Amino acid sequence: MSQTTEAVKIPDPGSERPLKMASEHLNFFYGDFEALHDVNLEFYENEVTALIGPSGCGKSTYLRCLNRMNDLIPISRVEGKILLDGDDIYAPDVDVVSLRSRIGMVFQKPNPFPKTIFENIAYGMKVNGLRKKSEIEARVEQSLLQAALWDEVKDRLDDTALGLSGGQQQRLCIARALAVEPEVLLMDEPCSALDPIATQKIEELIHQLKELYTIIIVTHNMQQAARVSDITAFFYLGKLIEIGVTDTLFTRPKLKQTEDYITGRFG
Amino acid sequence: MDMERTASETDLFQTDRRKRPMEKDSPFKKMAGAGLRRRKALQSAVFFLIRLAAVINGAALFVILFFMVKNGIGAINWTFLTQPPIDSMTRGGILPCIVGTLALSLGAIVIAMPIGVASAIYLNEYARPGKVLRLIRLGINNLAGVPSIVFGLFGLALFVVYFKMGVSIAAGALTLGAMTLPVIIGATEEALRAVPDTYREASLGLGATKWQTIYRVVLPAAMPGILTGGILGISRAAGETAPIMFTAAVFFTPVLPSSIFDEVMALPYHIYVLATAGTEIAKTRPLQYGTALVLIALVLGMNLVAIVYRSHLRKKMRN
Repeated sequence: MSQTTEAVKIPDPGSERPLKMASEHLNFFYGDFEALHDVNLEFYENEVTALIGPSGCGKSTYLRCLNRMNDLIPISRVEGKILLDGDDIYAPDVDVVSLRSRIGMVFQKPNPFPKTIFENIAYGMKVNGLRKKSEIEARVEQSLLQAALWDEVKDRLDDTALGLSGGQQQRLCIARALAVEPEVLLMDEPCSALDPIATQKIEELIHQLKELYTIIIVTHNMQQAARVSDITAFFYLGKLIEIGVTDTLFTRPKLKQTEDYITGRFG
Repeated sequence: MDMERTASETDLFQTDRRKRPMEKDSPFKKMAGAGLRRRKALQSAVFFLIRLAAVINGAALFVILFFMVKNGIGAINWTFLTQPPIDSMTRGGILPCIVGTLALSLGAIVIAMPIGVASAIYLNEYARPGKVLRLIRLGINNLAGVPSIVFGLFGLALFVVYFKMGVSIAAGALTLGAMTLPVIIGATEEALRAVPDTYREASLGLGATKWQTIYRVVLPAAMPGILTGGILGISRAAGETAPIMFTAAVFFTPVLPSSIFDEVMALPYHIYVLATAGTEIAKTRPLQYGTALVLIALVLGMNLVAIVYRSHLRKKMRN
């Protein structure tokens, strides 16, 4: 895939950063059921975009299209394009495996491997071919520092990852994803299984991470979207209803449907 | 109409009570009381039967063991375990049988494990639903139902005669291996299915290939279950008589096997031989029980090793 990044100035929603990812006329089908309909969305470098909407509106499905995770579902079908740095990731010659090392994912329920903390972080590097022990160790430390977990686990890297608390496990999963040095980080309701203190730590983390990565986060929690994101996109029944700068969307939404959802008239 | 009443008034049960208060000797209470006693009695009866079934199940093993030990322990001594039979097998030991059974069981596992585990990985991780998959599953399930003596004849025809292996450990191990395949495949598939999909997703999300995911995450996590299947398989293989009767085991051989193309004696076959074909059956009775005891001990011993190793693996994963 080509590596050129074009800086594109978009007048709406007012971002000046280059375009990192975009979907064009994306339709997604589970068998005969159309789960996503004509979604056109843009994501800018080093910005946090939140996808909100009621249950079943397709936001997680959309997120999983971005790193072709939905390929794992046999009856799924995609129409349209998703562009990473201008190249369609669904083109026939695209290597999905290397795509997924450029786009990392953090899941709803923390899912560390039943291995040691060190092995968990090193996993991504090893499968991508890195062998040099010193480099692996350096990047493990760096990833854990980035995920704000290093201080808590630096003395027990050889303990099993399953012994960590829920919040620590999720930060471990974030570190694990970062160790592969992706360009984009997809987060699918990363805090929904965590207590408020762990949630807060991860939200602070997202603020720091966006300096280095482009982040797209699906969240059920509108207050979280308001706290954490620069841009918010509202989905409903498989369609993108409205997108805007977060502050604007939450205080002066353009569409009544958006306003109804945000004020809790339906959910 | 109901909306004008208060919550407690609209509650159905309350309404009934207001119409017909529950007194101690109300007809409803009497009915409920008698029914309750009957229901509890029925429950006790069923629980008793269920517990009885479980006890019978457990007791059966102990009865068999007790019987074997009582009748066979007299024959167990150092000579029995380390010497070959002499005097038309009325005296001596069963060393060649022990060696033969071990060789055959190990051979069966060496053949069945790689093929079985690979098949299970294919079925569970790679195969797409469709006609081919259904056909393969049909084949495996029916393989499990083929009578062991049919396996014996199959082994005779294919390995002993057609491939010219002769009556040998090789032919016997291949036949036993084929018999053990469904057990291995079943246990391995179950172990693979038990590995949560979230592990696979996490691995693929990091840019791993499917095989890397299986090799580095799924298989290690499924290992305890796979090993259990392996030991179950080897235990079954150790005790089978019909498949080895035509393919590996012989009535008597004066030497221990030196290559996989040698014929062997085997514990289960030896029991059969002593009990039916020897010249002095009554005299060899204690030896029969002794041989059976050794076989049971071997099988239970292998199961114990598996259980210990599996719990060690589990502890390591949980740490």
